[in-house]
Amino acid sequence: MSTSSAFNDEKGGSSSVGEPEYGHDPASGGIFSSDYKRHDDLKEMLDSNKDSLKLEAMKRIVAMIARGKNASDLFPAVVKNVACKNIEVKKLVYVYLVRYAEEQQDLALLSISTFQRGLKDPNQLIRASALRVLSSIRVTIIVPIMMLAIKEAASDMSPYVRKTAAHAIPKLYSLDPEQKDQLIEVIEKLLADKTTLVAGSVVMAFEEVCPERIDLIHKNYRKLCNLLIDVEEWGQVVIINMLTRYARTQFLNPNINESLLEEGGGGEKTFYASDEDEDEDEEKEKKAEAVTMAKRKPYVMDPDHRLLLRNTKPLLQSRNAAVVMAVAQLYFHLAPKAEIGVIAKALVRLLRSHSEVQYVVLQNVATMTIKRRGMFEPYLKSFYIRSTDPTQIKILKLEVLTNLANETNISTILREFQTYIKSMDKDFVAATIQAIGRCATNIGEVRDTCLNGLVQLLSNRDELVVAESVVVIKKLLQMQPEKHSDIIKHMAKLTDNIQVPMARASILWLIGEYCEHVPKIAPDVLRKMAKSFTNEEDIVKLQIINLAAKLYLTNSKQTKLLTQYVLNLAKYDQNYDIRDRARFIRQLIVPTEKSGALSKYAKKLFLALKPAPVLESPFKDRDHFQLGSLSHLLNAKAGGYQELPDWPEAAPDPSVRNVEVPEWTKCSSREKRKEKKVEKPFYSDSEGESGPTESADSESDSGSGSESGSGSEDSRSGSESDESKEASESEEEEEEEEEDLKKKKKKKNEEKQLKKPVQESESEQSSEEEVRKPERKSKQNKSESESESDEDEESESESSESESEDSEDSEAELKKKKKVAPPKPAFKAAKKENKKEKKEMSLLDLDDFEPAPSPQVTPVNTFLSNSLVTDLEGLSLSDAALMPATIAPSSALKSYELLHRITGEGLSVEYCFSRQPFSPDANMVAVQMHFTNNSTSDTKSLHMEDVKLQSGMRVKEFPEIELLPAGETATAVMGIDFCDSTQAANFQLCTHTRKFFVSIQPPVGELMRPFFMTENEFKKEQGQLMGMNEITEKLTLDVKCRNEHTIVQKVTTAANLSRVPCGSDKECRFAGRTVTSSSLVLVTVATKDEGAAQLTVNCEKMVIGTMLVKDILLALTQ
Amino acid sequence: MINSLFLINHSGDIFLEKHWKSVISRSVCDYFFEAKEKAIEPENVPPVLQTPHHYLISIYRDKIFFLSAIQTEVPPLFVIEFLHRVGDTFLDYFGECSETVIKDNVVIVYELLEEMLDNGFPLATESNVLKEMIKPPNILRSVVNTLTGGSHVGDTLPTGQLSNVPWRRAGVKYTNNEAYFDVIEEIDAILDKSGTTVFAEIQGVIEACVRLTGMPDLTLSFMNPRLLDDVSFHPCVRFKRWESERVLSFIPPDGNFTLMTYQVSSQNLVAIPVYVKQNISFLEAGSCGRLDITIGPKQTMGKTVEGLMVTVHMPKAVLSVNLTATQGTHTYDLATKTLVWDIGKLNPQKLPNLRGSLSMQTGVPKPEENPSLNIDLKIQQLAISGLKVSRLDMYGEKYKPFKGVKYLTKAGKFQVRT
Repeated sequence: MSTSSAFNDEKGGSSSVGEPEYGHDPASGGIFSSDYKRHDDLKEMLDSNKDSLKLEAMKRIVAMIARGKNASDLFPAVVKNVACKNIEVKKLVYVYLVRYAEEQQDLALLSISTFQRGLKDPNQLIRASALRVLSSIRVTIIVPIMMLAIKEAASDMSPYVRKTAAHAIPKLYSLDPEQKDQLIEVIEKLLADKTTLVAGSVVMAFEEVCPERIDLIHKNYRKLCNLLIDVEEWGQVVIINMLTRYARTQFLNPNINESLLEEGGGGEKTFYASDEDEDEDEEKEKKAEAVTMAKRKPYVMDPDHRLLLRNTKPLLQSRNAAVVMAVAQLYFHLAPKAEIGVIAKALVRLLRSHSEVQYVVLQNVATMTIKRRGMFEPYLKSFYIRSTDPTQIKILKLEVLTNLANETNISTILREFQTYIKSMDKDFVAATIQAIGRCATNIGEVRDTCLNGLVQLLSNRDELVVAESVVVIKKLLQMQPEKHSDIIKHMAKLTDNIQVPMARASILWLIGEYCEHVPKIAPDVLRKMAKSFTNEEDIVKLQIINLAAKLYLTNSKQTKLLTQYVLNLAKYDQNYDIRDRARFIRQLIVPTEKSGALSKYAKKLFLALKPAPVLESPFKDRDHFQLGSLSHLLNAKAGGYQELPDWPEAAPDPSVRNVEVPEWTKCSSREKRKEKKVEKPFYSDSEGESGPTESADSESDSGSGSESGSGSEDSRSGSESDESKEASESEEEEEEEEEDLKKKKKKKNEEKQLKKPVQESESEQSSEEEVRKPERKSKQNKSESESESDEDEESESESSESESEDSEDSEAELKKKKKVAPPKPAFKAAKKENKKEKKEMSLLDLDDFEPAPSPQVTPVNTFLSNSLVTDLEGLSLSDAALMPATIAPSSALKSYELLHRITGEGLSVEYCFSRQPFSPDANMVAVQMHFTNNSTSDTKSLHMEDVKLQSGMRVKEFPEIELLPAGETATAVMGIDFCDSTQAANFQLCTHTRKFFVSIQPPVGELMRPFFMTENEFKKEQGQLMGMNEITEKLTLDVKCRNEHTIVQKVTTAANLSRVPCGSDKECRFAGRTVTSSSLVLVTVATKDEGAAQLTVNCEKMVIGTMLVKDILLALTQ
Repeated sequence: MINSLFLINHSGDIFLEKHWKSVISRSVCDYFFEAKEKAIEPENVPPVLQTPHHYLISIYRDKIFFLSAIQTEVPPLFVIEFLHRVGDTFLDYFGECSETVIKDNVVIVYELLEEMLDNGFPLATESNVLKEMIKPPNILRSVVNTLTGGSHVGDTLPTGQLSNVPWRRAGVKYTNNEAYFDVIEEIDAILDKSGTTVFAEIQGVIEACVRLTGMPDLTLSFMNPRLLDDVSFHPCVRFKRWESERVLSFIPPDGNFTLMTYQVSSQNLVAIPVYVKQNISFLEAGSCGRLDITIGPKQTMGKTVEGLMVTVHMPKAVLSVNLTATQGTHTYDLATKTLVWDIGKLNPQKLPNLRGSLSMQTGVPKPEENPSLNIDLKIQQLAISGLKVSRLDMYGEKYKPFKGVKYLTKAGKFQVRT
């Protein structure tokens, strides 16, 4: 209310007396008689020691600023209040300062010390806002102070302050470009920041300060790609635009093997197929892609290039039009042709947004349709025009429709155009006629139809329409004048009626140009024109002279006098252009003694054959500007526009993007890796998609991103929560450690030896962290426990704890403090040691395989060692230290989710097919279940109930787990006889409180067990399983799995089979028997040159055979 | 990026200006006014203008031009989207986005703008975050504040800024926990003279109003998610879940928000709920015309069509109308030449009809084209595509929320050519 009155008061201006409601306000008792006095009053209020008065005064001042009134004379009075305790007054003072400091630099200096104090404030919001204002006040003297503040803030522990520091960088740069080098250092530092909050802002700073320093991006490229989805919308736009440019310098053109002529050829078919039912076709698309990729052999997409495309694609679903557009332009500029199609749908969606958004999107679509018409064709109708669209939108839609026109859809489009011509919006009608003209030139079949239609328009009542038609007809006729002399005659008649100068000029030009087609009419037209010459517009006059000259040359008998007359009229015209033209033409055509050599060539000069005009889209060639940019929209380079570089001839070294091992262990948060391992231990899901062997970090990150549901949240966890997590993690682990220290010690020692090099670097880093930790923790303890969301698996238990039981919480905190409080060197050393071990543990996930304290039936031992081996293997692979010499067939056990943590209210269950014989019943498949209790309370009596099965199927339940304490895990094994079918087994998983419906569905590869046979036996059996029982499929192996080793690995991962020894190295053979019916399953993979291969499956059970072929095919081609 | 923002009212007065970098004189707007003069209709002002030193990007909404001045290259959509976000924020704070309300709350507006942009780059645009920093005005608070000198500006950093769910504020508490979802579908269609569909599609939006305590994790699933062809989500929705399971899993923002927008796949035929029989003719000689419109139900899925309204933009030559309607009221606005026929509920037994004569300006040739009819309608309790929400589950919190789903079908850009 007070604000409103302040405003009204403002409006009242100098003459007003305070409004009635102000009467009782002590501050405004009717003393607003003049500007001068009012400001006096404000000063008085600002000087008072009552915050409410100050606030009132500041509000009025801000209202003045908002209206654009000058309030600079209040500067001294305002600046005094910069240290005011009241936060709102302070903020308003900041607003004032930022507005006027530039004008009053000396006085502004008075406020600096306050900000410097603010920079040290324990409250991060105050630190950040102090930096914001300090960097915004644009006073050159304080550049060094700003520089210092930015540097300090760049290593602040609050990501919000770091973000503010990133924002401050371009401010300082614009104030003093000399600081560039130092600022680049800060940018480099902030680019390495792992929080999503900072990423967008620092890239923005990068773009403004040093967009040419593309080398700074290398090391952060993969991180940026992986963080992208969790960055806030505005940051996403900036990052995507920057990465587009980056990719253009670092990768090869994916369309390098295609000529542009191919448009509409094979590439597009893939697109259509994938577009129709996109959701299911993901895989198919990829396969097709892989196949096409293999055909065009020389080009192989850099995995990092693929990473970028893959990680930006989901953003097409963003609600923010700018993000969608950014992704669209990225795909347009970077994606292989076959994949660009995906952006069309998203762009069409934007057409339903605000008209301004439509305007920009249509401009870009118009450019895209010229190069890639195919992708928008299915959406033709979305560009139909409504009478309520603003004119500019209509014209752009028309442009797109014209670009999309081809032989097949032209009739529909022309029918649409027909309705448009009747519109009341004449500009739009004119544009439509132009569009018809363009369709006619581009598509030969409809030229006559269009021409006839346009001729009909010549009798339209609206002159503008007629005029526009004449202009377009003129252009069309120029292409084939012989056939259309009747149209020219018709147009000659129009000269009597049409008044629009451009149209008259066009008609005259036409008659002159084709006067031999209308020999009788032409002189008559000239006669009429000569009569009205003086009243014509200039362009018409010029054309009359032109017509006269041409007629004189072809038909001088009839027109000699007329021409003389016209030229004489022109000689005395007011316009010098016309006078000049007349003189020039007279010299040329009328032979006199003096006339030069040129008059001989007059005929050639005037009646030369003129090439037909090409009607082109104004959007042609606009794509050399980066789409979506301001420059593209204006078709002119805007200030600060960064050219989109051409693709390099040869790709620069991709290894520059590799990040050293310690880097990524630090960054790609261990808990992520850990959780990942729990769910899908061997990256099996992401393997197929990108599989860049060198980019271990991207692998792990993208993997976590593609986990269902919670995954996306997890990757959101910034580094700030990282710290606390580290703490809590270590805490937990310490406790656990005591319990099973003994058990583990042995193993650990073994591993330590393997892992020496890595450890060293890690311990270095951890010691560094150790030093910083105490201070951080004390400051963050409070905020962390509340700000931590309960999303992360890790932290959930912790934070819910803190919510529910205060006592426990504080206890935990106490513990934390205790742990870090005495930073004695000796202790530290000890801790370091601890830490080392802890790190290993979290990498190895030993605690996941701990024998749980609950009753259990697992044959854990064999299994444990097994998975330990594989775990180690995964580790060493990623660390590139040790390659396993052999690969055990059962090396990769894929985990499936049975019950999600959230669905299960804290209980999460995963299962995997252990591939161990199930001892109680040999016909059953052993399913290993892994229970984790993430909730805060114990789960009791875990058992299963109410098993629903297809007929014939049987289940051996796992023994009841009586108690699963909070935070613990347990493992159990159950057996299922699937009857050699992939039908799911449905049952209820019960705890003492809840029941959950779950189901287990086996992949076909798990329905068999290995069977050992010799080569001869194999051949013999295979011979008996021919015909219907044999399925053969040709395939192209992925580049990465062309050696025998990987083929064996892939096949055995996909299906539980054993290798059959084989003499030829071109063939791999596998054998197994189905679990229930013991039918033989024989698999042969015969490799040929260049990755071609043939897969043969022989199996009595045809269904199993077919499904198996599909699965193995998938495993081998991805 | 964005240097300055000017708010300009319908008549061309600049009533608010804000600069994030060096001050740009408001004379820069003259270029805009020039373009505005030329455009006649405010919708026709080009959103992007080039002036010698600046680029002007503007949007027009709620009778206000939001005009931003820019000095360097920036994606135009970035600015446009941001300006709309500013408008949305005003709407959210003040209930409407009009000149009066902005002037009345100029200080809050200024504080908001200060938080939303830093150096021209968006800083905080989530309404949940902003509301924690700057409390929306309400009468009680402003009274208390004037008495106590308290302020509506928070002094701690909103937790949303730092958390991984920036759209939700922390410490939400309600006594009644409720989650409502409105599934609203709009039919965009163009019908030609004979009533055949030239183009039709259904666009849907799910508006949510969620008032739940704590940090609830919601899962919304559909009976027939296959219907949805193209979707866009609020950032809170986990895209991976949608891709793999076709369910919407999200931690909602507090309050009202748009959960998703979607388009129904084009293979499905779009049901057109009404048919229109019309005959509009202008006589060559008598400087008058005839109009006869009847509307009847077509595919309404057994529901009643409500809020039926027909809008016709008449040609300029139509001076006045002399019409009688069997149902509802009609008005003809002489200035804009708009005929509005407000019918209300559609009674299938007695079809509404509007007929009569139009009187035309004499001496002017008869209009070339018949005006097209814009139809507006509503059908309660029906999503015309057949989309159905099957269930809403909540995890992460113990209480039982009150849940509700409402369906509504509306006419979007529903046009009948004549």
